[in-house]
Amino acid sequence: MEKGTWTVKAGLAQMLKGGVIMDVVTPDQAGIAEEAGACAVMALERVPADIRALGGVARMADPTVIQAIMHAVSIPVMAKCRIGHFVEAQVLESLGVDYLDESEVLTPADEKHHIWKHEFKVPFVCGCRDLGEALRRIGEGAAMIRTKGEAGTGNIVEAVRHMRTVMGHVRRLQGMTEDELMAEAKSLGAPFELVQQIHRTGRLPVVNFAAGGVATPADAALMMQLGAEGVFVGSGIFKSSNPEAVAKAIVQATTHYNDPQIIAEVSRGLGEAMPGLDIRSIPPGELLAVRGW
Amino acid sequence: MKRIGVLALQGAFVEHIVMLRRLGAEAVPVRLPEELEGLDGLVIPGGESTTIGKLMHLYGFNASLQRLLADRFPVLGTCAGMILLAKHVIGLKGYSLGAIDIKVRRNAFGRQVDSFEADLQIPVLGDRLYRAVFIRAPWIEGVGRGVEVLARLLDGKPVAAREGNTVVAAFHPELTGDSRFHNYFLSLVD
Repeated sequence: MEKGTWTVKAGLAQMLKGGVIMDVVTPDQAGIAEEAGACAVMALERVPADIRALGGVARMADPTVIQAIMHAVSIPVMAKCRIGHFVEAQVLESLGVDYLDESEVLTPADEKHHIWKHEFKVPFVCGCRDLGEALRRIGEGAAMIRTKGEAGTGNIVEAVRHMRTVMGHVRRLQGMTEDELMAEAKSLGAPFELVQQIHRTGRLPVVNFAAGGVATPADAALMMQLGAEGVFVGSGIFKSSNPEAVAKAIVQATTHYNDPQIIAEVSRGLGEAMPGLDIRSIPPGELLAVRGW
Repeated sequence: MKRIGVLALQGAFVEHIVMLRRLGAEAVPVRLPEELEGLDGLVIPGGESTTIGKLMHLYGFNASLQRLLADRFPVLGTCAGMILLAKHVIGLKGYSLGAIDIKVRRNAFGRQVDSFEADLQIPVLGDRLYRAVFIRAPWIEGVGRGVEVLARLLDGKPVAAREGNTVVAAFHPELTGDSRFHNYFLSLVD
């Protein structure tokens, strides 16, 4: 019996596919998310919109908050640690969290290195803006990838940019000849073996979700049609005027992402979506997606 | 050609479709109850049993499926699929299809850090050991009279079973390159 193998780490992400992972800050919210059909929850002290508003250094959540949420639901519970903060990761693993997000939403602890994720039993998901970043994270041991988008904005534009960039590059690699791959790996800053693998298979080696700015059922379906295999919704649910209804609607739109009639039906009467932010109104120093290397 | 539906509400449905097509079956995703029409069998994949159960309920799958199941419709459930097909589930109410007389415990082995791989002896698949992948897996705590246990862990715990044309596994045959388990299921499909 072997635990913590690559197959079981990447395998849990495969089980989450076609689903919605929701940010929650209390056991009550976790219950609402589970009841709405979330396939997992992300246990946090504050959602990204509040982290953005509060400023200062954002860190791993209090273990009390995370454990209360773990006790409240039977679906997988994820938690975030800071980029490069491997001790926060060790702590979260010891709590029995099901998936760790080495996240740009928290303030980075290391401006050069990410966590060496292969040596953990708990699997990691990491954010990316392009294929090179995705493959560097996978090289370090990430068993799941997500777009960074721009968290806490309710604005899908950055997630779309990141998903199109990643998927477009996968298609380009597939069409290249073998002798072009080394130069491409060099310009991507990506491990050569992973570049070769994508050239052969035409797909990322791990599950790829959308994150960062999903606020409506149509946003979720848009990301799925662009190639996401599932979605993270951060502030979009509990910053809306009717979280239960928005959560249920986003779950259905993610399943039926190719069925505009169902998306129309579930989009009716949801109340106010979370207030959105124009990315251009955010000072460059406060952008979250640029964190990570 | 055998036409097998794979319930595609949430979870690892693509992996089942790929495996079934490799074995020469026609595999199609099923997202609405009317898509059950004309199928020779159905796979309920791994995923989150609460999510899949809620979506099945919401879209009215249960009545159509129960009608089919009463007529010996072949169905394979892996992990979450096993939970949804079981007659008794500890800790999940209201979503059971009751297709197989077993009692199942969800997340029985613990959390993700306790997920594991193990080599199993599965007599119906032949002598060669079967590498099984368990992810936040359930186990079977009790089996009814008409149920055949297909596989056990070393400690004797049943982890795969069959009753009539319903086959269930606590592990994920769709995550391995070994197609023997799907082949076994297809052999039950007329």
